[in-house]
This record gives sequence, C-alpha cells and structure tokens, in this order.
Amino acid sequence: MDLENQKRVKDFAEKFGPENLVVVLGAAEGEAAGLAAETVTAGDPTFAGPLTGVQLGLTVYHVCEPELKAEFDEAVYDDQVSMMEMVLDVDDIVNEMNNIRSEYCKYL
Amino acid sequence: MAILKGKKVIIIGDRDGVPGPAIQACVESAGGEVVFASTECFV
Amino acid sequence: MNSIIKGVGYCLNYTPGLMLQHGSTIVTERVVNPDGEFLKEMGKHVRSFEDCVAYWPNQVYIGNKTPEELKGVEFPYYDKKVEGASRYGKFGEIMPEAEFLLLAQACDCFEVVYLEKGFVAKHKPELAKDPVITEEILNRVTEGAELSEIQGFVDRHEAEPLFYEGALIGCVKRAHDIDVNLSAEVMLENIMNKASSVLAILHSLKHSGVNANEIEYVIDCSEEACGDVNQRGGGNFAKAAAEIAGLQNATGSDARGFCAGPSHAMIEAAALVKAGAFHTVAVIGGGCVPKLAMNGKDHVKKELPMLEDCLASFCIIVSENDGKSAEINLDIIGRHTVGTGAAPQNVIGSLVADPLERAGLTVKDIDKFSPEMQNADITKPAGAGDVPMANYKMIAALAVKKGWLDKADLANFTEEKGLIGYAPTQGHIPSGVPFVGFAKEDIEAGKMNKAMIIGKGSLFLGRMTNLFDGVSFIIQKNTGKGTGAVSEEEVRSMIAKSMKDFAASILGNQE
Repeated sequence: MDLENQKRVKDFAEKFGPENLVVVLGAAEGEAAGLAAETVTAGDPTFAGPLTGVQLGLTVYHVCEPELKAEFDEAVYDDQVSMMEMVLDVDDIVNEMNNIRSEYCKYL
Repeated sequence: MAILKGKKVIIIGDRDGVPGPAIQACVESAGGEVVFASTECFV
Repeated sequence: MNSIIKGVGYCLNYTPGLMLQHGSTIVTERVVNPDGEFLKEMGKHVRSFEDCVAYWPNQVYIGNKTPEELKGVEFPYYDKKVEGASRYGKFGEIMPEAEFLLLAQACDCFEVVYLEKGFVAKHKPELAKDPVITEEILNRVTEGAELSEIQGFVDRHEAEPLFYEGALIGCVKRAHDIDVNLSAEVMLENIMNKASSVLAILHSLKHSGVNANEIEYVIDCSEEACGDVNQRGGGNFAKAAAEIAGLQNATGSDARGFCAGPSHAMIEAAALVKAGAFHTVAVIGGGCVPKLAMNGKDHVKKELPMLEDCLASFCIIVSENDGKSAEINLDIIGRHTVGTGAAPQNVIGSLVADPLERAGLTVKDIDKFSPEMQNADITKPAGAGDVPMANYKMIAALAVKKGWLDKADLANFTEEKGLIGYAPTQGHIPSGVPFVGFAKEDIEAGKMNKAMIIGKGSLFLGRMTNLFDGVSFIIQKNTGKGTGAVSEEEVRSMIAKSMKDFAASILGNQE
C-alpha cells in the first residue's frame, strides 16, 4: 500500500479508535486485496510503510464482497461498480479477504 | 449489526479495479461516513 | 481531409544502472528500509542486455515481432527467448546502457552530465555504429572528465551518480545550488527523458522517410516537468528534443495528461494538421527514470528478473493526407468529461461506447481496440492484473449492456478485438499508442479497417483533482478524401481547361 495512505490509516486509527473504522478496498486482484487487507490488520508485509509492525486489526472488506453489497443501495452499486464484477475474479478476492479477516481482524 | 452504518470509513480504491469515488458513493448509500478516499495506481 | 500517420519510432533503452540507483521504488526503499532484503537481493535479479533484447514483449515493441505472434507465446514471457533477436527493429531499437549514457551527455546543453574519459573513449565508437545517430550528435559527445572530478561532485552531494556495470562512470550535476526544480535528481530525469525522445524521433524519421526539416511542430506528452523555481513546469521538452534531433524548422510545446497524454497529443496533432496550421507534426513521449523497477519488489520477491529495466520512448509523425496512409478520424473522439465520474462503466462508456454511438457505430465496427497496453508479465506479479485484458472485459461487458453483444460471445470478443499487452510500465508509454505502428501497417495492408486507440490517465495522483481522465480516437483506412480534395496544381489546370473550353465555345459561336 502507498506509504502516504498507510500514514493516513494510522492517523485515523489513533484519532477515531480502530474499533470505529472500516476500510473498504477496490483492488483489481485477490492477491493485491489480500496484501492491502493484511497491511491494515497485521501490518505492512513489505516492511516499507508506517504500518510496518503495527497490528491495527481494522475491519476490512473489498467493495465487491456480498456482506457490503447487502448494505449498499442497489441502484448506486449497479451504477458505480456492478460492471466490474464481470471483470474481476470476485471469488478469488472474497476468498483472500475472508482469510485475512478470520486471522487478523480484531473488531468483527 | 451493520458493517458500515455509523462507522468512519477509509477507502483505498484501485485505478485498475474499483476507483475511490465509485466506492465512496456506495459506502455513503449505506450510511457510512467516508473520512478518506484514495485511488492507488500500480501502472 | 483527415491527417495521416506518416511513420513511427518506438525505442527502449536498457538502463539497469539507472534503475538500481534512481528508480523511485528503490530510492524510497533506501530511505525507509535501508537494511531490508530487497536492496540486498535486487542485484541478482538484473537481466543481461542480451536477455532484454531477446524478451518477447520488447521485440514486439520495436516491431520485430507482432502482437499476433505474441499471442502464440505461452505466458509468462520472462523465461522465454526470441531466437536470433536483434537490437534493431523496423520501428526502433533497444539501446544498451553505455551508448544511451553517451547519448544523454550529447543531449546536455548546460554541462551537467559528466562521463569518465575512459568510458567515453571506449563506448563512443559503439554509438557511432548506430545508423540513426547523426554526425552532429556524435560531435556533441565531449571527451569526458577525470573520475576524481566526478567522485568529488558526488561526494559533495552536488551530483547524482551514474553507474555502469556497478562502477561509477559519471554523474549528473545540479543546475542550481538552491533551486530544487533544478536539482541533480530532476536534471537527471529530464535529460534521460529528452535523450530517449531524441532517439525515437530519429527512428521515426527513418521509418517514415520524412526529412528532419519537414517537421514543423513537435508535441511532447511525457510526464516530467522542466522549469525553475518561478516556472516549475515551464517546458519545453518538445523543442529541446527537436533541437538535438536536428528538426531545424520545428517549434513545439508540451502537452500533459498523465497516461492519457499521448492520446490527447495525437488528437491535437491530427487537428493541427487537418486545420492546416502545420503540415507535419511529431508527437513524442520520452522515458521515465523513476518508474524503472517500479514493481521491482514484487518481482524480486517472486524470484523474477526485474523486468522494468528499460526507459521507453516513442515518436509518431502525423502529416497531411497522401491518399493512401492510415488516417486519424477526428469525427469519432471519445472523451471522459468532468461530469463522467469515476465509475468504471461510465469511464469506458465515455471513451468507447459514446463516441461510437454518436457516429452510428457499435463495438463490432472496430477491428482492434488498443487501450492500456501494459505487459502482464510485469503487472500480474505486482497484483495489478492483466490491464489490457481488464479493459477488454470492460468493453465487452459494456457491449453486452448495450445489447451489441450476446453474453455468450464475451470470451470471443476479447480474443477477436483484443491485443496482448507488450509495453513496459512507463506510465504514458503503454497508453494506447504502442499499437499505432502496427495499426498503420495492418490498415494499409488491407488486414483491417478501424482501430480504436484509448488513453486513460490517473489525474488524482497530482492531488489537484479527484478526477480520472481519458480520450480515444480512431485510426482507419484512408478514405481517399485527401486525393478527392484537389491540389493547387490540379485546380490551376482545371481552370485553364475551362477557360480554354469557354474560349473555344465563344469562338465556335462566332463562326
């Protein structure tokens, strides 16, 4: 994850409390989604950014996951995102996200 | 319990996946408060 | 009458030394994780010049292999070689690092590039053998400096070092003691960009047969900025490169739009020529040093060679209609507007579906789409997926939504209308334009009628707007309107003939 974005995530976690935050991702691939999710839960796996070694355990989802879709306004999702379901490997993304969440999320 | 409603939401979109502003519109429709939305670019 | 594609130049400059020292990912790593595994390991993942030349996507980029042929190569590409690969192709070349550094020094007008004497003496004869390098350029290569002088500049932090095969052989000095806009880093990036553009211009002249003096205007669409503290992006890369390439009759300017820059610049060039403002315009894009090894950490982690080891560049010459060359259709232009928004379906709708609909066409009328042509060998291991394929899936999905395509035909559509990505991840370089050379050839050979070039740009990276951007245009078979609109000579002879006829008829009446 971009270093500046990591800094922002860290600052917001301090400001609002990690239990009050949710991170929503738009990554193009399962692996990238998993790495970003890992970064905001277990710490930056690339050891580059401000979240290195910081285990925030934030609640994190990909925008195409069914749990979030159930909460979105259907028309808005249809306009903004739905077409990408034909482009992305949603199953792979969901799988990666579930793995990370079950292992590292602290506030589910 | 709702995941997004009443929460502060950070969005990390992807230029070649789903960009930040598109996610933001969805999150707001679910009652989440977006505190930061960004779009990453790997290319 | 529509403007035509007169010729192209596509070049790669193999620069592992620049990559290991000045790539942004590596520079950042040195700051945040100086003792990390990546910096220790990366040296083992540098491929040789021969491997870089024999790399399939690179051979396609310079025109020795076609995108169709690449289709037949099993993915991934890094472990396969093109047998008997040549550094020279019909569109350009892959220049080795030593020659490129000499070319960069030749592009320096302010004595900021220093190369060691022995290095210059050893490699100048190699540069001289390059068929596009002119005598004027060779004469600009100076004798060189003592290594101790170079070492001094570097030690005093007045210069950025240049390494060749691990040894210090030169440096790029800052051009101002205080002004960060003229720092050594910025000067290095800008001069390398300029040098790569110069090489692409020279190859495009060769490919098109256009004389250097015929080019009247140059548009640079790179992603660097040159200027000083009072005009940070003042410019003008276009004219700076034109000077070294010997385009004596050209002026020019810089157009910017992140990765969408080349498509914007192509539309501008085509419009300038069509309007009659200039007869022949060159669109250039130079290479980007910071993007070298941009995804290198992922490549090293996955035991791959660091595939982002080349500065890429291109030049496309746009000229007046000659009645036969592939032409740019300015009636069908896609544009992502302020109101389009960021939703992927809106983005692709604005760039692909809307312009076609306005012209009464559908996606079926386009033979090939050239969106962002990033090489998936580079992007997939980095988690960015297969970018051109994602674009084709989006176009196909949109076509299904529009009722232009059956859902069952989705896979066929991407196969039939799509291309395999082969361009390096140099930002603006892969954005649509790499295919212009092949599109010209295929259209002129009667193999296809219409190709759509799509440029997309991430404006939000500049922190000035959250907007995305993009424009698209169509290259098509020459409609012959160029010859239909008659030349001055033809008009003269037509007038002369009718005067004669008129006179004859009067005389006839008198009789």
